[in-house]
Amino acid sequence: MVYTRIAIKIKLQGLCYKDDVMELEKLRHGTELIKRGFAKMQKGGVIMDVTTPEQARIAEEAGAVAVMALQAVPADIRKAGGVARMADPQIIADIIDTVTIPVMAKARIGHFVEAEILQALGVDMVDESEVLTPADHKYHIDKTNFTVPFVCGARNLGEALRRMNEGAAMIRTKGEAGTGDVSEAVKHMKQIQGEIRALKGMTREEMTRIAREIEAPVELVVETAQMQRLPVVNFAAGGVATPADAALMMRLGADGVFVGSGIFKAEIPEKMAVAIVEAVNNYDNPEVLAKISKGIGAGMKGISVDTIPQDQVLQTRGW
Amino acid sequence: MLIGVIAIQGDVSEHVDALVRALEERGQSADIVTIKHKGIVLDCDALILPGGESTTLGRLLIREGIADEIRQMHLLGKPILGTCAGLILLAKEGDEQVRKTHQHLLGIMDTKVNRNAFGRQRESFETGLELTFLNSPYNAVFIRAPGIVGCGEDVTILAKMDGMVVAAEQGNILALAFHPELTFDTRVHQYFLDKLF
Repeated sequence: MVYTRIAIKIKLQGLCYKDDVMELEKLRHGTELIKRGFAKMQKGGVIMDVTTPEQARIAEEAGAVAVMALQAVPADIRKAGGVARMADPQIIADIIDTVTIPVMAKARIGHFVEAEILQALGVDMVDESEVLTPADHKYHIDKTNFTVPFVCGARNLGEALRRMNEGAAMIRTKGEAGTGDVSEAVKHMKQIQGEIRALKGMTREEMTRIAREIEAPVELVVETAQMQRLPVVNFAAGGVATPADAALMMRLGADGVFVGSGIFKAEIPEKMAVAIVEAVNNYDNPEVLAKISKGIGAGMKGISVDTIPQDQVLQTRGW
Repeated sequence: MLIGVIAIQGDVSEHVDALVRALEERGQSADIVTIKHKGIVLDCDALILPGGESTTLGRLLIREGIADEIRQMHLLGKPILGTCAGLILLAKEGDEQVRKTHQHLLGIMDTKVNRNAFGRQRESFETGLELTFLNSPYNAVFIRAPGIVGCGEDVTILAKMDGMVVAAEQGNILALAFHPELTFDTRVHQYFLDKLF
């Protein structure tokens, strides 16, 4: 990416000596190590959905490791219906200017131009997300073409490894966004962990059969079996609404948590945000969790997943 | 020997794995403990502050009461390694970005830091870096990396990049703007362990 190098050079001219600029020619941007490395720095953290710079400031103040810039939180997208697209670039730019933590943003499944725009804006990670209306019903974005890393949703191991094969540097469970019902996130996390456990002790021949069954590259299946975890960072998402929900997902093996509508649809967002951050750091201590969960106001109202009509289910978008 | 790794947030397991590899290579052993709460830091003989988000780490270090323990540990002269976010937290002074978020700094190293000195994620890079204590370049991974833009007399510069200091030490404290824990080359962790053994 030529423009990134130019951008750095311009910044440097006022800052440093001439001979140091020569060093830049050897810089390697957007490598797998750098993309996956960025995701690793998010581990043990909470990433919060925000729609305004003011919300982004509240999230940063509470201790979020990153914010996800959106036009509307998933609960409102669900309510509004219609076509959900990438957020207004002006809002994203304002959020980028407001906080020092990384800013992520969502692009529609398959909409590589939205992703390019987000990259050009300086977004730190793109979420190719089923929460938005898909732009392509056959292909996800070829994420290897980008300097910016991607996170993608998955319901099972096959889906996770297919996304990785397309270049995703981070996976999150799909759950069912905008519901405040954590049950689908639990289901997807347990499904992925169970499939990984089942690979233990398998021969290469058996793993080849599994790879065919789950429609994933055999090399990634083998790597997953050896590591006994997904080879990239794996967060929980889709329905996390309380400190207890966040702690539950950590107990199930998530590396961290995305909270969408759960913060700014809560009665007192500031308190809910701090409590969820602390819950992720204390997920294995029920006494501390009890203390954290007191006096923080009501969580988002939410809707039970069973009552959602099939055509309004978000997790079946993508494949 | 007990080596602590602050485990509030960030790439903790990568540091633990890198320590295990480095210890194996030198044929020495030590126990490694990951630390989320107060009451453990002062039992450690050495401490690592991993990479992560410095704003988050700083807030939780205070809330959990670990920050003061790290300052005490420093007064005892024990080795402390900070990578990326760790380098920021060790510093005495931050740039405007650090100040506007009311970032909590440990202030145990006489340095001034720029939080995202090398830009956003799309500008993150890896490159062969010359470190004064190594005889060949080290593949250094910089992720939204900070840089040291000013240091006191007691600080020794170990590497520079684009006019900024990206590796420095002050007594037994070692601060790095890059992530040696993300590569398999253990030479930087070895240099740190030399302070302990």
